[in-house]
Amino acid sequence: MDMKVSKKKLGLKEKYQHMTRGLGWETTYQSMDEVFPYAKYEGIKIHDWDKWEDPFRLTMDSYWKYQAEKERKFYAIIDAHAQNNGHLSVTDARYINAVKLFLNGISPLEYMAHRGFAHAGRQFPGVGPRVACLMQSLDEIRHAQTQIHSLSNYNKYYNGFHEYRHMLERVWYLSVPRSFFDDAITAGPFEFMVAIGFSFEYVLTNLLFVPFVSGAAYNGDMGTMTFGFSAQSDEARHMTLGLEVIKFILEQDPDNLPIVQQWIDKWTWRGYRVLTLVGMMMDYMLPKRIMSWKEAWEVYFEENGGALFKDLARYGIRPPKWLDQIEKDKDHISHQAWAVFYNYAAACNFHTWIPTDDEMDWLSQKYPNSFDKYYRPRLEFWREEAKKGNRFYNKTLPMLCQTCQIPMLFTEPGDPTQICYREVDYKDNKYHFCSDGCKEIFEHEPEKYIQSWLPVHQIYQGNCFNEGVDPTAEGFDPLAAVLDYYHLNFGRDNLDFEGSEDQKNFDAWRGMATKNT
Amino acid sequence: MGVAAIKEYTFEPADRLENFHGNQLLYIGWDQHLLFAAPFCLPMPPAMRFGDIVEKVLPGIYGYHPDFAQIDWSKVEWLKSGQPWQADFDKTLAELGLKHKDALRFRTPGLNGIKGSAS
Repeated sequence: MDMKVSKKKLGLKEKYQHMTRGLGWETTYQSMDEVFPYAKYEGIKIHDWDKWEDPFRLTMDSYWKYQAEKERKFYAIIDAHAQNNGHLSVTDARYINAVKLFLNGISPLEYMAHRGFAHAGRQFPGVGPRVACLMQSLDEIRHAQTQIHSLSNYNKYYNGFHEYRHMLERVWYLSVPRSFFDDAITAGPFEFMVAIGFSFEYVLTNLLFVPFVSGAAYNGDMGTMTFGFSAQSDEARHMTLGLEVIKFILEQDPDNLPIVQQWIDKWTWRGYRVLTLVGMMMDYMLPKRIMSWKEAWEVYFEENGGALFKDLARYGIRPPKWLDQIEKDKDHISHQAWAVFYNYAAACNFHTWIPTDDEMDWLSQKYPNSFDKYYRPRLEFWREEAKKGNRFYNKTLPMLCQTCQIPMLFTEPGDPTQICYREVDYKDNKYHFCSDGCKEIFEHEPEKYIQSWLPVHQIYQGNCFNEGVDPTAEGFDPLAAVLDYYHLNFGRDNLDFEGSEDQKNFDAWRGMATKNT
Repeated sequence: MGVAAIKEYTFEPADRLENFHGNQLLYIGWDQHLLFAAPFCLPMPPAMRFGDIVEKVLPGIYGYHPDFAQIDWSKVEWLKSGQPWQADFDKTLAELGLKHKDALRFRTPGLNGIKGSAS
């Protein structure tokens, strides 16, 4: 018989074609503009969605297979870590505060990235980027979950891990990473992709993950290292997607260039501001240092980023604005940030401390132009005062930047003795900024940023006390009321590392593991 | 363009004066004293005498610093929005024209922080 038998199995190329591009169609019951309402308002012009090149050609079925395999390996190691009291193998208990910073400040952003990519994927009329966004959205929720599972082991033994979800929307310093991501997911799908897909995942991601993951490896934290490795192959895919997005948008229409450039300027600056927390972690919170913030910036931004922007020059893209300021700031921001957390240690869910003499010498060596001159005298003064029982706890709330929401800790570019003040009058109100970058971002979209939920102002408006609390009652203690609202346990989660419950417990437990008394 | 949005998008600012229960916000920073890692934000009644802020509020927030006790307030230089500004301790914030969210800085010549490090 001459019956024609169709091939039983699809080739990879055909399979990809059917299982991605073949899933889309032109809608007829409703107009495409109604179905994809966010596709045009940002001003980005796309003429041919089929020009989207998917560098991985991954389909959902193979995606599940890869991820399932990684999950199996990940949970095997996490279980071993938990069963062997892996938390006692870290260099010293101060290190655990770096992990607290990660769980509280970064893991919730993974979840927000999941939401953001799901939203962007829903809103793009093109099938290629929709599928890519769907996969990244799933990656991000996996990252949030693996981090939470992995770090939950620390929550059994140490303070400050217990309410990261609640605290994200309340605790003053967490408004920095939170508002960064809220800004991105409330933008349109194209800006979101440039903000998170490109600027964060491509340009800045190494400055976030390498310090934490290498920091974990250097400090004996197998749990944190493992989720870093489990996420690594996903990150490679994310970076490629971020770059593809930029190239695709720019190739579609010349009018897209100025819009994209403004987003790159904005999001590189905003991301850089959030990374202040990472710089501080690298220089102050890792008992065993990996490299200084300044070195990390030089390797991962100046060298790698420099090559990237050279490559993008053919599209008309220039390097992000304000790099000259960042270049001057790299000697300073980590020290200035640590000073803020040292000041406000009473309102914080991790501990701070004065570096040891060895650590100060390391800082002098890594920061020959700045540490001994500007920062060592302050740390030594605080240390002396603490010895006298007069540890400095700043109880007055700081002035915040309207855009990045970081306390106004940054100094004038080129003058580390002078706080940098910038202000704008907009519709009968005054707004203050830490930098030209944050000021210009505000001026581009003031209606968005005049609604910023600034923790300090919200406290003064009376919005950060639990229900039923009466701020006019006699003997009202505003700090205690705010900490209650944060669900922060005074004397356990906050204050100096020296004398903390974490310090005592770690010493006792490690003693039990290594000594006979 | 005040914001990129799919439709009309205007809201009241989150920090307008009427939200602060009769107070206005005053920012204050002591130049060259970064032991206080950022300037302060204070809610103050507009009818408050400026001298009361200097005499009753500032000691509580800056007194930790050894330079604070040595300040000669008659020689202090004030700046508002970065411009030289004439303080008058007997006038109220309203009389001095200080508005909601104004930022003041003060400089204390000769006092430059811990070991002259601007700390």
